[in-house]
Amino acid sequence: MTPTTNEDAIFEAVTGLLGRHRPAGAVVTPATELGADLNIDSVAAMDLIMEIEDHFEIDIPVNQVGDMRTVGDLAGLVRKEVAAKQG
Amino acid sequence: MDIFDKFKPTMARRSAVLAAGRNPFGLTVERVLSPTVGIIEGRETILVGTNNYLGLSFDPACIDAALQATKEDGTGTTGSRIANGSFGRHVRLEEAFRRFFGKGHAIVFSTGYQANLATIAGLAGEGDTILADSDSHASIWDGCRLAAAETVVFRHNDPDHLDRRLARLKDKGGAKLIVVEGLYSILGDTAPLKEFVAVKRRHPGSYLLVDEAHSFGVFGEKGRGVAEAEGVEDGVDFVVGTFSKSLAGIGGFAVSDHAGLELLRVASRPYMFTASPNPAAMASVTEALHQIERRPELRARIWANAKRLHDGLEQLGFTLAAPLSPVIAIRLPDEATAVRAWNLLIDAGVYVNLALPPGTPNGACLLRCSLSAAHEPDQIDEVLRRFETMRDRLEMQAAAE
Ligand SMILES: Cc1ncc(COP(=O)(O)O)c(C=O)c1O
Repeated sequence: MTPTTNEDAIFEAVTGLLGRHRPAGAVVTPATELGADLNIDSVAAMDLIMEIEDHFEIDIPVNQVGDMRTVGDLAGLVRKEVAAKQG
Repeated sequence: MDIFDKFKPTMARRSAVLAAGRNPFGLTVERVLSPTVGIIEGRETILVGTNNYLGLSFDPACIDAALQATKEDGTGTTGSRIANGSFGRHVRLEEAFRRFFGKGHAIVFSTGYQANLATIAGLAGEGDTILADSDSHASIWDGCRLAAAETVVFRHNDPDHLDRRLARLKDKGGAKLIVVEGLYSILGDTAPLKEFVAVKRRHPGSYLLVDEAHSFGVFGEKGRGVAEAEGVEDGVDFVVGTFSKSLAGIGGFAVSDHAGLELLRVASRPYMFTASPNPAAMASVTEALHQIERRPELRARIWANAKRLHDGLEQLGFTLAAPLSPVIAIRLPDEATAVRAWNLLIDAGVYVNLALPPGTPNGACLLRCSLSAAHEPDQIDEVLRRFETMRDRLEMQAAAE
């Protein structure tokens, strides 16, 4: 798998896991803001992170979640942890 | 750039709540007449949201102890224990906590908030991992932020999820600190501590911390909390608690059989760099602790009161968030309804807590009641009548819209 497709796959999976937060009809892009666009508050973010962690079998430390604003940031964090896990 | 710009969304929401009536985040109790009655807006109001679980805030012996201590040792300690030294009262209260819990080590802190900060951030250092329940209190999250360790979250009250997370972390070095609460303050549900202890024991290098802020004095035959009630005190490494609820003072504590707890006194900033609790608090809490030991009837009374309110609210058709406990949360369909209901109750002379997201799990909008051993059955019946009137008004308003 080339790095590009892997990145795309992770972004797709993350947007898939947005589930009920995904606005009907609207397109989610890496620039979509979790708070402003998707209405994900700190409590909802925690639930989402747990789903993502279980899906990818990774651990995303809470202190990194605070720096995350967009779906692109989130996918980036997942990419980093997935890469770390694969060594 | 205006430094207050970031608060715009918060301010907008606050304005909406205020437009529906009074300010639930800035209510003044003009006078407090007893553990269960206060004056709000000039009206005598039954207090059903104080966390004054055992009703000891007006106990004559506790008041006398505080007065006496103030006369003897003054109003304040004017500094931290590492700088100014400990007062005899700090040392004696720590001894009382060791005895009460039958544990080797105890430390008192200036508040329960700081007890969590000091214990969590002090214990979990670089390379360690904190595993926190997703419904944790703000003081636990802030302890995690202050800690050099990384924090991961497991699903609320889900030992299997904790187990899987610990398994995933098994190749990561460092100690694992699991953090849960005994009784959860918002919904009033309790942690399955037996199962959490079993999970902890399956994973070497992991430790369990239980915040018994709301369960201390209320759960367990001796009042030691949910760990005692579940018969698993041996499996709990650290118990944290507060003086601000059943002990009716201000301050916090941590107890443990691990001698390492004492290291927090020289290694944990929220212990080292803040003034120690004042003489009055030490003295009233020491007396309150004796009363918890000597007066098991206080526990019997609060549970009977909780049952009376719980059953009554259920009969009125309210949706309650958890099985019986002295914290009773009523679910309302949305924020506007919850705010309206809260205002109607204040109008009627009943004070409960309004709990809204993000301070609540899963976006819940709640009226939160907490019972006291000092409530009289008649008061609870009166509270139920006023809840019934509130329910009818809500239904009428909903029908009119
Ligand atoms: C679960 C929990 N832990 C800690 C605290 C903090 O206690 P304190 O009020 O003494 O700071 C509270 C409540 O305030 C709480 O609900």
